Amino acid sequence: MPQTTANQTPLIAMEGVGKWYGAYHALRNVNISVAKGEKIVLCGPSGSGKSTLIRCINHLEEIQEGKITVEGTVLTGSTSAVDAVRREVGMVFQSFNLFPHMTILENCTLAPMRVKKLSKAEAEATARKYLERVRIVDQADKFPAQLSGGQQQRAAIARALCMEPKAMLFDEPTSALDPEMVKEVLDTMIGLARDGMTMICVTHEMGFARQVADRVVFMASGEIIEEGTPEEFFRNPQHQRTRAFLGEILAHH
Amino acid sequence: MASIGFNELFFLLQGLKWTVALTIIGFIGGGIFGLLVALARTAESKLLQKVTTGYIAIFQGTPLLMQLFVVYYGVALIGLNVDAWIAVAIAFTLHASAYLGEIWRGGIQAVPKGQTEAAKALGLHYTSRVKDVILPQALKISLPATIGFLVQLIKGTSLAAIVGFVELSRAGQIVSNQTFRPLTVFAIIGLIYFLICWPLSLWGARTERRLQTATR
Repeated sequence: MPQTTANQTPLIAMEGVGKWYGAYHALRNVNISVAKGEKIVLCGPSGSGKSTLIRCINHLEEIQEGKITVEGTVLTGSTSAVDAVRREVGMVFQSFNLFPHMTILENCTLAPMRVKKLSKAEAEATARKYLERVRIVDQADKFPAQLSGGQQQRAAIARALCMEPKAMLFDEPTSALDPEMVKEVLDTMIGLARDGMTMICVTHEMGFARQVADRVVFMASGEIIEEGTPEEFFRNPQHQRTRAFLGEILAHH
Repeated sequence: MASIGFNELFFLLQGLKWTVALTIIGFIGGGIFGLLVALARTAESKLLQKVTTGYIAIFQGTPLLMQLFVVYYGVALIGLNVDAWIAVAIAFTLHASAYLGEIWRGGIQAVPKGQTEAAKALGLHYTSRVKDVILPQALKISLPATIGFLVQLIKGTSLAAIVGFVELSRAGQIVSNQTFRPLTVFAIIGLIYFLICWPLSLWGARTERRLQTATR
């Protein structure tokens, strides 16, 4: 909980982060710190920089300004810093990005074997544990294309968990799913949150935000406009742009 | 007019042996260097990209015949006294690596970017990303074009005759000169090339169809 962990060093901290794509200013002076076990929901209109923000945390995108610290490691461009950070942080993508030429089990064992140098047997045991947890262990020997979207996304979550990360980044994990499959993925994420995983989720699922977020962060035009607990945020948004956004998004629910 | 008997056919098959050998050497050598070319071409380094782009442009933009001449006389010129075999092997390797490099570059770039990102996010290093994630997908996409190039290479080996190699075409020419039956001899030669190349082309077309249905 943020109150009790406020005096600890944060697991993830961004200080004065700025990012440009050529002349386009994608992130402006972003400051955010995430305590261990904290769940953050990032929302905002499309193009507001929320995906860019989380992609900077595991160095899929490079920043030009400011500082990112993950579990004490300052994320410079150096390979060792990037490796150290990626070891601690898992990521789930909108389009799943499972490896299509490998079975679900192989998808889950590849990184533990290559990066953590686990034996095949150890890696498979870990994989089955997490596939069990996302309730698709019976699909372990199938290829991604043989699974439904919801199953694929749960497999992708299991794949990330197999590296036993300290934090998980979710980049619109339910946006590419058919409506009837959204719930199974959200339920998996809620379960993960209950077990104490540190999470940053870019999502428009406000029900999920209400249920699990410690803090909701609202972004627009590459800036953090406001943040607060879900109650504050939904009941009494401070900023005009937040109200406009919530009006748009909640009208559909 | 002499007839075409067992000796002549045996001579042609000797030539075929060299055609096959040259093809295999060119394809393996070109495959190994072509892979490096493709990886350099898709590397993050701008310098590597430029160098390999130039390399590909040169070998795709000049005739194979000229490349064979340049390498054959070139290695002699720089004082290396190498076997004709080696010179021709080098020339075919260079030629094939430029084409295969460009084909595989296309395959690598056709793999969705999300695959590399997922691999990076899992902490996989470059070698594993390439070997385990990108290449298996890229080579599968590139297989029809790769087979197409192999067919070109088989026929292209006939140009090695110009530097004195008695491969299938040159053997045919010799037999034709001895027997004064050019039509019969070259019909046989053509049939042999066809029997090798046609099944490969069929295989290429089939893998292409299979790929199309798989991605549909």
